[in-house]
Amino acid sequence: MPFIPHTEDEIEEMLATIGVESIDALFDEIPDELRCGELDAIPPGMPEMELSRLMQARAQTDGQPLCFIGAGAYDHHIPAAVWELTTRGEFYTAYTPYQAEASQGTLQLLYEFQSMMTALTAMDVSNASLYDGASALAEAVLMAVRANRKSKSKRILIPRNLHPTYRKVTHTIVRNQQIELVEVAYDKRSGQIDRADLDSYSGEDFAALVIPQPNFFGVLEAVDELTDWAHANGMLALAVVNPLAMALLKPAGEWGQAGADICCGEGQPLGAPLASGGPYFGFLCATQKLVRQMPGRIIGKTVDLDGKPGYALTLQAREQHIRRSKATSNICTNQGLMVTAATIHMSLMGGEGLQRVAATSHANSERLTHALTSLPGVESLFDSPVFHERVLRLPITANKALRELAVHNVLGGFDLSTDYPELGDAVLVCATELRSETDIESYRSKLERVIASQVETSV
Amino acid sequence: MNTTPTDRRYAKSHEWIKDEGDGSYSIGITDHAQELLGDLVFIDLPEVGAQVEAGNDCAVVESVKAASDVYSPVSGEVIAVNEALDGAPETINEDAYGAGWMFKVKLSDSSAMDELLDADGYEAMVADEG
Amino acid sequence: MIYEHSRKGRRATSQAPLQKVDLSSIPSAMLRDSKPGLPELSEMQTVRHFTRLSQKNFAIDTHFYPLGSCTMKYNPRACNTLASLPGLLTRHPLAPQTHSQGFMACLYELQEILKTVTGMHAVSLTPAAGAQGEFAGVAMIRAYHDARGDSERNEILVPDAAHGTNPASAVMCGYKTREIPTAADGDIDVEALKTALGPHTAGIMLTNPSTVGVFERRIKEIAELVHQAGGLLYYDGANLNAILGKVRPGDMGFDVIHMNLHKTFSTPHGGGGPGAGPVGVSKRLEPYLPVPMVDFDGNDYHWLTERDRPQTMGRLSAFAGNAGVLLRAYVYARLLGREGMHRVAEFSTLNANYLLKRLMEAGFDAAYPERRASHEFILTLKRQAKELGVNTMDFAKRLLDYGVHAPTTYFPLLVPECLLVEPTETEAKEELDNFVEIMKSINREAESQPEMVKQAPHTMPVRRLDDVKAARELDLAWKGD
Repeated sequence: MPFIPHTEDEIEEMLATIGVESIDALFDEIPDELRCGELDAIPPGMPEMELSRLMQARAQTDGQPLCFIGAGAYDHHIPAAVWELTTRGEFYTAYTPYQAEASQGTLQLLYEFQSMMTALTAMDVSNASLYDGASALAEAVLMAVRANRKSKSKRILIPRNLHPTYRKVTHTIVRNQQIELVEVAYDKRSGQIDRADLDSYSGEDFAALVIPQPNFFGVLEAVDELTDWAHANGMLALAVVNPLAMALLKPAGEWGQAGADICCGEGQPLGAPLASGGPYFGFLCATQKLVRQMPGRIIGKTVDLDGKPGYALTLQAREQHIRRSKATSNICTNQGLMVTAATIHMSLMGGEGLQRVAATSHANSERLTHALTSLPGVESLFDSPVFHERVLRLPITANKALRELAVHNVLGGFDLSTDYPELGDAVLVCATELRSETDIESYRSKLERVIASQVETSV
Repeated sequence: MNTTPTDRRYAKSHEWIKDEGDGSYSIGITDHAQELLGDLVFIDLPEVGAQVEAGNDCAVVESVKAASDVYSPVSGEVIAVNEALDGAPETINEDAYGAGWMFKVKLSDSSAMDELLDADGYEAMVADEG
Repeated sequence: MIYEHSRKGRRATSQAPLQKVDLSSIPSAMLRDSKPGLPELSEMQTVRHFTRLSQKNFAIDTHFYPLGSCTMKYNPRACNTLASLPGLLTRHPLAPQTHSQGFMACLYELQEILKTVTGMHAVSLTPAAGAQGEFAGVAMIRAYHDARGDSERNEILVPDAAHGTNPASAVMCGYKTREIPTAADGDIDVEALKTALGPHTAGIMLTNPSTVGVFERRIKEIAELVHQAGGLLYYDGANLNAILGKVRPGDMGFDVIHMNLHKTFSTPHGGGGPGAGPVGVSKRLEPYLPVPMVDFDGNDYHWLTERDRPQTMGRLSAFAGNAGVLLRAYVYARLLGREGMHRVAEFSTLNANYLLKRLMEAGFDAAYPERRASHEFILTLKRQAKELGVNTMDFAKRLLDYGVHAPTTYFPLLVPECLLVEPTETEAKEELDNFVEIMKSINREAESQPEMVKQAPHTMPVRRLDDVKAARELDLAWKGD
């Protein structure tokens, strides 16, 4: 019996203590007609040895292609120590630190995480994580509507060059509370938020302006001006950032005259493997003024009876277990283990290390862009500076090109034609610090062949 | 427990309201209420200029393990809030009927006071609950 | 505190790229002025720091952890190892389906297993945790009513004993909530339910076995009443471990359910997540399931998206939820197989009833002594609190000194001075016997030296913490010395 330690004798003894004949008798309060029979559709149990074979075969099926896709999930080096430590049973198999005295490891680690996130983003406070970047944005939008007491509209300005799925997820999560997301266009030449379109909303009532850095196209936004514009129009500035970019770029708390009010994003670049999209973690930072409107767990430093420093869950009266229907969010379990990894990751990398990773990813993507745009008909679409992704237009059908490249074990980028049909055969490419010159050359030469063969077929 | 002051009226939901004699009425929570909640850690006050409705929630008092809505005993407009509570929520624990006042209103209808309990009535109600 | 070990200029040099690179294409005004203030440590210092931190935790791997409603059972190591195989760990979420068939096969089979074991018509795996599953479930109830033009329904009923997430999730979906009282025997007050039901009822959220640790015996009748009133039934899967392989929510009449895979399917709790909260639905709610899902046409696995499911309630995460958690649950389900699933309910129930009986024999009071325990049960220490001045919190803290993680305290709210105890099926009898001895011992201490118990714990890295100071003088991030 996998994972059940009971011997036959023990079962008999336990049943005798309870005073029943059989285990089945313990279910005597359940009406007979509800008892289910055999679950034939579920396969019989498998020993670990056999299951290992099956899982290895499946993992091999998916292979390990050379990856140039980013689009919200990035392939970065993770120091070996990160997951060696994170999967220690004491972290891996603990739960939410309800008993603070027996959870100081987790609690102190979360406090250290909050400290590191505020250092990275230059914001005052951080929570202890949300599910992922997309749902963190949804929570940030709800928070902005609660926090901006001057705004009565429950409307949010959200740029079209923000990750399309983030926009969808946010819509799904906030729409039943009658919150409206109003889209702002992007400039076709720069790829940045279209200032003329933005200005057309000047003077209107919105709770917040969402400002991505970088945006979905990898393009850097004029965050200082956007932040000041939001504040001048009575809106909160809600930053959505790549945390790795924050190591290199001006952090959200320093944007414009007053800094962003809320800063959220996807924590995956800080130590989480690609792993098919999760688990990652969402982060959410804010100014001190907004701390009581934050969703999720927050850890505070305090002292024990002897005056010794210690850490505890705090501001719990915001949360669902106390505030029930009036809570700031329904979230309880968050992404503790991923935050454990991120905290260890940031400690190993340090500010200098993260900055180097960010800079090298930037340089590699520029190198990739240079290599690919040397091919006839391949062009870079936007003329603005980028972080570590670029939009390239191909001379052949994007979808087809990517399929062909995949046959040669190169994942050549994210096809933008569904979400942004106006860009034509555009793909979003990324080369992190892990992509070598050889990798980039391999992509270039394969794309060259794919283009050549496509052009031939069409002639 | 402090004796319940007789210079004001009480709501069943444990708020007090006092005529300040200058056209304003101050509102707070009772000593019994603060005792039930324990050490307060945060007070969320309404904004000056806000309209409050009798029986509707208009403020929140938080302790470590609980958060409780404060219901306005009367309808009216908020004309002042006790900003000293920001950063010193313990004032309510220490002096619920004095320095721990929460906000002042201008009444829409002063006869609303008559529907509230007097000190004896409130004490009797608390005794019943206990 | 890690920053105290930090020294300017120190680095774990083998972890970052060696070369500084050209940043000339980024305007300098866009760059940050100085490096972010992260700690500066060597690799060994970092490893030592976090190893020591880990040693300040109680965990399933180190301690008995009978935290009620959380199902702290053994997390098989194979689940982690096999979900972390190279092809799975390195797969980009947007990789084409040609490079995803192995991964998608696992998800598809997990969907099928969960469908079967819950008796639901279809399953979507994407919700990232129980609370997100709840949100998805209630949003589907709303989408269903809206699609029928039945927009008068604005109220979700929740038992007064419900977990706080239930009303919080309902409100996120734009509903009002109304509480239904629990009867003295622990079952829901059906008469009160009848009064509450009406044209405004959108649905009811129930946990069964309920949060008070007993099976809701009149569930069929409740389902009929709610359905007659035009409402739908939501099943909160918090306590699914109690009935896995014995009773199926679908057979009880539920229209939508969420499961907590970090409870019932033994994926790690990770110090507070990640979880996974798949949702299952009856046929009429299938069109509204969150996307993406995996479908199989006999040859290939492919994603179902908005294109295939135009009425979907939407997306809940940037990609496909907590995929790595889903893989761990899949491995667990395959290790157990169908016969293993039956045993989950059987042995978690055996352990709970045995432990309850032994504790009652030892003089402790059960909240519902006449009822059979499910996989968990409630003790009330009301008597000890009154007679000895030693309350549930004190017992809980003293348990830590004895090397046992405390059960859930003060939940559900309607039982005074309660301890919610869930031993799970993976604990051996001697561990349960030991717990009984410890409880007896604490009770004796409460009689002979109550002050000592009220000061507990005495052997942890810290003593009781000042929660009031933590909340009044917020210190949420290190700001330098």
